[in-house]
Amino acid sequence: MGAQLRVYKRRIKSVTATKKITRAMEMIAASRILKAQRRVNASTPYADELTKAVTAVAASSDVKHPLTTEVDRPRRAAVLLITSDRGLAGGYNSNAIKAAEHLTSALVARGLEVDHYVVGRKGVGYYNFRERPIAESWTGFSDSPEYADAKAVAAPLLAAVEKKTEDGGVDEIHIVYTEFVSMLTQRPEQLRLLPLTFSTSAEESAETFVKGREAHPLYEFEPSPEQVLNALLPRYVESRIYNALLQSAASKHAATRRAMKSATDNAEELIRTLTRLANQARQADITQEISEIVGGANALADATAGSDR
Amino acid sequence: MAELHVELVAADRKVWSGEAGLVVARTTAGDIGIMPGHQPYLGVLETGPVTIRTTGETGEGTVVAAVHGGFLSYTDGKLSLLAETAELADEIDVARAERALEEARAETDASAERRAAVRLEAAAVAR
Repeated sequence: MGAQLRVYKRRIKSVTATKKITRAMEMIAASRILKAQRRVNASTPYADELTKAVTAVAASSDVKHPLTTEVDRPRRAAVLLITSDRGLAGGYNSNAIKAAEHLTSALVARGLEVDHYVVGRKGVGYYNFRERPIAESWTGFSDSPEYADAKAVAAPLLAAVEKKTEDGGVDEIHIVYTEFVSMLTQRPEQLRLLPLTFSTSAEESAETFVKGREAHPLYEFEPSPEQVLNALLPRYVESRIYNALLQSAASKHAATRRAMKSATDNAEELIRTLTRLANQARQADITQEISEIVGGANALADATAGSDR
Repeated sequence: MAELHVELVAADRKVWSGEAGLVVARTTAGDIGIMPGHQPYLGVLETGPVTIRTTGETGEGTVVAAVHGGFLSYTDGKLSLLAETAELADEIDVARAERALEEARAETDASAERRAAVRLEAAAVAR
């Protein structure tokens, strides 16, 4: 066997092995998307009911609460960035980080200081490599977040909001995560968590315009509107963070699946080209061998013919 | 007769939903019983058992759940019970809850003890 052919064979073998791995990863990611999607759906009723309750309290009482009132001159904002622990997900992490950077520069332009809170090893790595301070970071649960994880993330953020700005407290909380739009589309999304804003999107206000303002029922609050709101808002923040974590996890799996699918496709393409090249090399070897044999035979025939004479 | 549609929702799943004639839950201000036609109400739940007397399609019966922190809101014949964690009585593993109760007592963790006790209580009521 020619040396060229042996090199091609070796490369085909290694690419085939890589292809098997990427195919397996693609399959694993695909099955995890479904699971993650189910969890997003399962968490929706709670988030919906909670949002309804918060809206009801905020609409039907003139309660002033630090978590709902906008500060006149905000000085510091917290940005919570959600990334994954592992890579191999195409542009998933870099897109989320880019969105966070964009938001940060927008906030800085407004004259705010920005504290970074980061979930996921990739995001932490990004900030550490650039030697930029991180207020707090969490790793280890980005693949399948539990509600307890969301609580752990929310706790320091809520504590920071309650603190006075002078003592290092924050006035706004923003969250950057990747929204799971569909299997094929995931979009980095930014959202201002606090202070709360109610039905700000154009669609929603158009809806209220068409339907007329929904009359809010007069609730009886127990023990008091303030206390209900006090208990309600942290849960609301937690549930929003939980939802963002779940959506990010689903998006991560979808991005991984896509990245691994294109890796598998590339490997297939590479194998095809290499096989062609290997075939060519084999043919070249055979042709050469034949021409050598024919040449040898001719030379021999010429020699014997010469001796006869 | 007025209807009462109940949704018992935990942070990560819907635990139970259906029609009911009476729901008893424990709020920070004390136990409250809600029947169809109650005035709109929003209260903070304590860790405690929730008893639902079912009617309608699900038939007459009692559903008991252990609820750990959350909210109760009622409007227009619709009652939502939101809880960080909620377990139906028949989902509760009694042996595990007893173990948790002992552990909590040993570590004098009051809230964990309360949670375990409520679980056992709910499981006992349902039996």
